[in-house]
Amino acid sequence: MSKPFLSVESLTQKFPDGKGGTMTVFEDATFGVEKGEFVCILGHSGCGKSTIMNILAGLAEPTSGVVKMDGFEVSGPSLDRGVVFQNYSLLPWLSALRNVMFGVKARNPGWSRAKVTEHSEKYLAMVGLEGDAIHRKPAQLSGGMRQRVSIARAFANHPKLLLLDEPFGALDALTRGTIQDELLKIWSGTQQTVFMITHDIDEAILLADRILLMTNGPHARVAESVEITIPRPRNRTEIVEHPNYYAIRNHLVQFLGRRSKELSGRPSNGEAQTPETVRIDMTESAPTGGGGEENPRLRAVTN
Amino acid sequence: MTLSLNQKAAILSIVLLAVGLLAWEAAIPAQKTLEEMTEYERLTGGGAQKAGVPPPSQVLGKAWEQLSNPFYDAGPNDKGIGIQIGYSIYRVLTGYALAALVALPLGFLIGMSPVAYKALNPFIQVLRPISPLAWMPLALFIIQDSEASAIFVIFICSIWPMLINTAFGVAGVRSDWVNVARTHELGALKTAFTVILPAAAPTIITGMRISIGIAWLVIVAAEMLVGGTGIGYYVWNEWNNLDLTSVIFSILMIGVVGMLLDSAFGALQRAVAYAE
Ligand SMILES: Nc1ncnc2c1ncn2[C@@H]1O[C@H](COP(=O)(O)OP(=O)(O)OP(=O)(O)O)[C@@H](O)[C@H]1O
Ligand SMILES: [Mg+2]
Repeated sequence: MSKPFLSVESLTQKFPDGKGGTMTVFEDATFGVEKGEFVCILGHSGCGKSTIMNILAGLAEPTSGVVKMDGFEVSGPSLDRGVVFQNYSLLPWLSALRNVMFGVKARNPGWSRAKVTEHSEKYLAMVGLEGDAIHRKPAQLSGGMRQRVSIARAFANHPKLLLLDEPFGALDALTRGTIQDELLKIWSGTQQTVFMITHDIDEAILLADRILLMTNGPHARVAESVEITIPRPRNRTEIVEHPNYYAIRNHLVQFLGRRSKELSGRPSNGEAQTPETVRIDMTESAPTGGGGEENPRLRAVTN
Repeated sequence: MTLSLNQKAAILSIVLLAVGLLAWEAAIPAQKTLEEMTEYERLTGGGAQKAGVPPPSQVLGKAWEQLSNPFYDAGPNDKGIGIQIGYSIYRVLTGYALAALVALPLGFLIGMSPVAYKALNPFIQVLRPISPLAWMPLALFIIQDSEASAIFVIFICSIWPMLINTAFGVAGVRSDWVNVARTHELGALKTAFTVILPAAAPTIITGMRISIGIAWLVIVAAEMLVGGTGIGYYVWNEWNNLDLTSVIFSILMIGVVGMLLDSAFGALQRAVAYAE
């Protein structure tokens, strides 16, 4: 079997627990993301999602384990991995436009200033920021606007892998919808791979090809990988009518509500912890191939 | 009619100034003229101009006289106030610029590297509390030049706040911002100039503002010691001439120049400030 585009192998992260011992956030986490795939990761607060993302971004070193992208081991950050941080991380002394230009200039050192400006403005407009708002400093923008600047900065650079840490967390439902659509548009028009953390189940179903489910920490695991068997292009009003929608949704709710707790706190004993693939498809008349594994889950969901 | 806060404050300031000046003027007993004195007073030297504290009207007259021709030069002991202040500012700015040249890069290094911080901290802690004037004899002996010694004293007194604030500001730059630079693959130099410097600028400028204030305090004392030129020397010289009117006038000028220097840095501070 060929290696996936992004391959996470036996990733372990331990932190000092503040009482002289160590706390294992996750252990031997092993999973892959294919090229062009859109993967969301769901899990309770504090289970280690941001920690995984920082490692993928190359900003943090794991205690052990490796991350490979395109066959090369990730060591240190790179422009090929664009990050939207959970706290936006805009530079407060630069205007919104200058913040985006900061990234565009770094990506394209040869570009003229006019080209950098034009490109940056285009991406700001894409996330709905135009006019005088783009000349304001982050402190003068609302939380949602800041988040959009941060998204524009990452998107404008066309990284091979986009790492998004709750990118829509501070947005109202309406803007959130528009930007989700923008994200889908940008993503489907490119070969970008997206790895996104979210707390919003519906958002994950709308956007993702696959959802990784994490159990609660400490000793969290990426326990399941749920395929979203709803064809694209998806549309938030239509997907709810798809027969798979509620089946998948119920499964996710069940996991987060109950099983994430039940499955937590198990040491790995040194074995690679790969997520179990879950495929829920009500449109298939009979489960085929490996269906024995999925059947009980289906029942748990539908009864 | 309602007045804005600023207008009220301005009016109050003017009233306070007027009251203060009037009280001062009234508190000074008028000098007796020669005819009014007794024989005894004349014999015991009371006839000489008595060195009393001059009234403000005299000081204002002096100020008018000096400021209407600030740059005259009539020999080593008689130069215009403008020339004297010019010398002092020149010394302060030279010593200060040299201090900045050392303190800013060194502060950056200390702020970036915990090892450098730990290694240099004991030296800083010992050297910092030394009164800058305590260096004067050593400076005079080693440098053998009073002019350069005065500049050295300015250098040594302005270096510490700049050094410490730069190190502090650089070390305190939020790791999120550094991470932004890292994910954009900026080199060390580019990170230093485009992220760390603007992030630490408010703290650094605060240090520079404190330094220029101290330098201006110290130059007066230093010039009293080394003599020759400068506003400090001028004050001392006029004291030796028992010309208290000039002394008071130059004290006021020291205050005004200090205020101007400080407000220049205040403006700089506002220019680099940012809200998080
Ligand atoms: N630098 C650190 N030192 C010690 N512990 C840390 C550190 N960073 C994270 N942790 C711990 O690791 C765990 C996972 O943190 P992480 O930020 O990855 O959570 P998360 O899943 O992103 O949560 P949220 O959804 O709230 O953002 C938490 O228990 C946190 O306390
Ligand atoms: Mg997080």
